[in-house]
Amino acid sequence: MKDNPEKIIVCRCADVTLKEIEDLLNQGIVDMDDIKRLSRAGMGQCQGKTCRNLIMGMVAGKMNITVDKVKESRYRPPAVAIPLDLLTEENFNEE
Amino acid sequence: MKNKAQVVIIGGGVIGCAIAYELAKRKVKDIVLLEKNSLASGATGRCGAGVRQQWGTEMNLKLSIGSVKRFEILQEELEYPYDLEFEQTGYFMPAYTEKQVEQFKINIALQRQFGLDVQWVQPDEARSIVPIINTHGLLAATFHQKDGHLNPFHVNFAYARAAQRLGVDIHCHTKVLGISTEKDSIKKVSTDKGDIACEIVVNAAGGWSQSIGEMVGINIPTYSERHQILITEPYEPLFKPMVMSFYHNFYTQQEPNGAIIMGIGDPNEMKGYNMEHSLAFAKKCSSLVTRVLPPLKNARMIRQWSGLYNMSPDKTPIIGEASTLNGFYMACGFSGHGFMIAPMTSVLIAQMITKEELDIPEVKTKLDLDRFERGELFIEPSVV
Repeated sequence: MKDNPEKIIVCRCADVTLKEIEDLLNQGIVDMDDIKRLSRAGMGQCQGKTCRNLIMGMVAGKMNITVDKVKESRYRPPAVAIPLDLLTEENFNEE
Repeated sequence: MKNKAQVVIIGGGVIGCAIAYELAKRKVKDIVLLEKNSLASGATGRCGAGVRQQWGTEMNLKLSIGSVKRFEILQEELEYPYDLEFEQTGYFMPAYTEKQVEQFKINIALQRQFGLDVQWVQPDEARSIVPIINTHGLLAATFHQKDGHLNPFHVNFAYARAAQRLGVDIHCHTKVLGISTEKDSIKKVSTDKGDIACEIVVNAAGGWSQSIGEMVGINIPTYSERHQILITEPYEPLFKPMVMSFYHNFYTQQEPNGAIIMGIGDPNEMKGYNMEHSLAFAKKCSSLVTRVLPPLKNARMIRQWSGLYNMSPDKTPIIGEASTLNGFYMACGFSGHGFMIAPMTSVLIAQMITKEELDIPEVKTKLDLDRFERGELFIEPSVV
């Protein structure tokens, strides 16, 4: 790739670059949980909706396996961001 | 994997990794650390990331002050390439009842004896420290600037990598199946990847410490209890310190990246290994925290999770060697504050194993397992 990996953003929420993920992979860190914990990729506003697949692809490439063999990190609720006000006991509405 | 070691450490959280490092630093050879999942996958990676020194007993003051001293130099000593994000933005602890005010007065006197510059805060001064606080019902508060925040993932990995550089073998995804003993000595640790002959084992298994005790026939009276936590999107700086209310039973802090993390203790939580998340928690936590910090009503939750507190009967850790089994060391039962005292805990365990003089000698007689049998419970007044 001729583009600069320091300028390619993999995780837009936590501003994690391609270079940062490559560096982790080159250190032998190929566990999706470890990558998440060290880079914060996937823990931001969108909860990995973009970067999860990109990083899994990179891990698969590094390990020379297919993407379906990469162990995903855990999905966490909520699916979309919720204002705390809507969750308070006064305002919470089941619907 | 090696089939022989001098020390086997069970648990790849911050406690286990820090002990591995402190032992290796003291020239102990052939150390193997076993983690059944991945590093920081248990309580360390799920914790609230706070570090406080405002405690109510001499023991906890010594453990936490010693740990903060270590945290201050850790980045350099461990030669870690990423930022440990140590921010001494303080802990703000509000009091809402006369009883709490009295207790805080006793605590602050003791804390000052230990050299901590803890401030007594009147209600009308609270907003100079926490600008978004609703002071309704607030009687007083204590604030200590040198408490703060660290990134638990990076602290955990920093210790692990430094330990590895000094020759420690770390095996993740390796489960301990049993420990063989003969009379009062340890013979070997069996794992799903093979056996390791050794005479010293460190139980740093956090939420699973009691199961490791069972493997050697030692009844460790710890149990695990789910504690839940949630985090919001990042925002511009709203407040700096950790706000920890014993009255509401919550803690919350804005992290260096702007996200606001918050958790509550649930007195009805059952003992066990449940690590799921619940809507009931998100509702309760939002209600309590936004009552005290109303502008957070507009903050949006993006993620919730839970982890296990390894509770001991007196909510104080067990740090020491078993009296009935030579070489079986315990560093467990941290009851929700293991991360913040990991540096001192690891130094003490390493000193015990290498027969050095202890930095806190009374740990041996006060935080040992047998205190429960003697009925000498260790009572700390300042726990959530």
